[in-house]
Amino acid sequence: MLLEAKNITFSYTKKKTILDNVSLGIEKGERVALVGPSGCGKSTLSQILAGYMKPDKGEVYFDGKLLPEKGYCPVQLIYQHPEKAINPRWKLGRTLTEAWEPDQELLDDMGIEKEWLTRYPIELSGGEMQRFCIARAMGPDTKFVIADEMTTMLDVITQAQIWELLLHIVDKRNLGMLVVTHNPLLAERICTRVIEFDKM
Amino acid sequence: MKKMNRRTKTVMLVIIIAGILLIISAAGLLMNPALYEPNYAAKKLPPCAAHWFGTDYLGRDMFCRTIKGLSNSIMLGTMAAVFSAFMALFLGIVSASVGGRADKIISYFVDLVMGVPHMVLLMLISFSLGKGLKGVVIGVALTHWPNLTRVIRGEVLQVKNMQYVKASKKFGKSNFQIACHHIIPHVMPQFLVGLLLLFPHAILHEAGVTFLGFGLSVDTPAIGIILSESLKHISTGMWWLVFFPGIMLVAVVMLFDKLGDNVKLLIDPSSAQE
Ligand SMILES: Nc1ncnc2c1ncn2[C@@H]1O[C@H](COP(=O)(O)OP(=O)(O)O)[C@@H](O)[C@H]1O
Ligand SMILES: [Mg+2]
Repeated sequence: MLLEAKNITFSYTKKKTILDNVSLGIEKGERVALVGPSGCGKSTLSQILAGYMKPDKGEVYFDGKLLPEKGYCPVQLIYQHPEKAINPRWKLGRTLTEAWEPDQELLDDMGIEKEWLTRYPIELSGGEMQRFCIARAMGPDTKFVIADEMTTMLDVITQAQIWELLLHIVDKRNLGMLVVTHNPLLAERICTRVIEFDKM
Repeated sequence: MKKMNRRTKTVMLVIIIAGILLIISAAGLLMNPALYEPNYAAKKLPPCAAHWFGTDYLGRDMFCRTIKGLSNSIMLGTMAAVFSAFMALFLGIVSASVGGRADKIISYFVDLVMGVPHMVLLMLISFSLGKGLKGVVIGVALTHWPNLTRVIRGEVLQVKNMQYVKASKKFGKSNFQIACHHIIPHVMPQFLVGLLLLFPHAILHEAGVTFLGFGLSVDTPAIGIILSESLKHISTGMWWLVFFPGIMLVAVVMLFDKLGDNVKLLIDPSSAQE
């Protein structure tokens, strides 16, 4: 098992339990989609799987070991709102190199243009920002990518472009992937297995 | 000529105000002490060409004394405000990022100090430290950090939960790196404005505590001393002894306040396009 969540329970407030004893396993070589209606807890689970939040109960294992709390996380999250995942005060060149130094090949793969590096986030479109978020998360120690409704906020053409770019890199690097979406068509097309949130 | 936009006007205003305050401070610092020494030949003169603000019962030139006093107050205010603001920056960041018990303890002291009237606390601190310059500076500094601490704590709590800060942590960045690269730059505007807005408080409280006799010693030309001395003589009709120093104190305090407000306008990005 590459990424495994065991008996995860989580709630933001005492009133409502979002995740109740949820378990999930993803094998090496699999590409899994997680689908479910809006507000059911997909993003919450993604954040827990990527180590952004600690579950109230249960554990997350990567490659047989507990997900590390400190240091570079092998499971990286691509967030739904790229503008929130980028420091608005930094030029994009700085954002791009915060985690590692991407080479020219990756920038070409991601379709990142040189002149964007000296701009601030407000001077870029959502799709352009999302390319930076992806490139930033593709460091050599990244083994698994969680894409949480990564393209929901983008127009159809940009969506297709970004997915093509990401899948290309994921194939090239042989990374594990979890795709969170509420679009069943997208899930069918790019994934080897579809998990419905309610049936977990 | 192109019409000035608001931003340019604000920049000009900031430069002019800062210039006036700097000139007053420098004038006081470099002033020859002979200028405000007693001169028994010129006692109790009302304002005239030679003595713009008049002279007092010892024949001291009130204009020079006032400038010297303001300059002293500004220096003192600078020390106290800088000390206070850095204390607030440190405590605010610690409170928000360490959380738990540290947060509780800091918040408790914030509430405690804010609950006691500044003047009372100032008198106590200044008195227990033996009055004088040290007592006043420490007293003013120790009474003025809580407000800014609260503001900074709130800001840090907010930015700490931003997606880009959480992501940074998952890229293996340490808390220290995150504080230096994401958090401190984020609170810098609030810090600078808070620092500037501390000045008027610091100066007024310094004058106040000195006026009440718990501050600087009577031989320093400080505004508080000048005012409390002059009040004793106001019944003899020497109105200028109180009027000019008082007006100047109010003017300086208002200038600092205006400076803070305008810098706030400059830093606030939502007003950048106006
Ligand atoms: N930070 C938060 N604090 C409190 N409740 C939250 C928070 N984030 C999400 N929720 C709630 O948790 C539930 C699941 O949210 P989320 O995981 O974002 O769902 P999804 O991604 O499937 O749309 C929703 O009801 C949402 O209102
Ligand atoms: Mg979601």
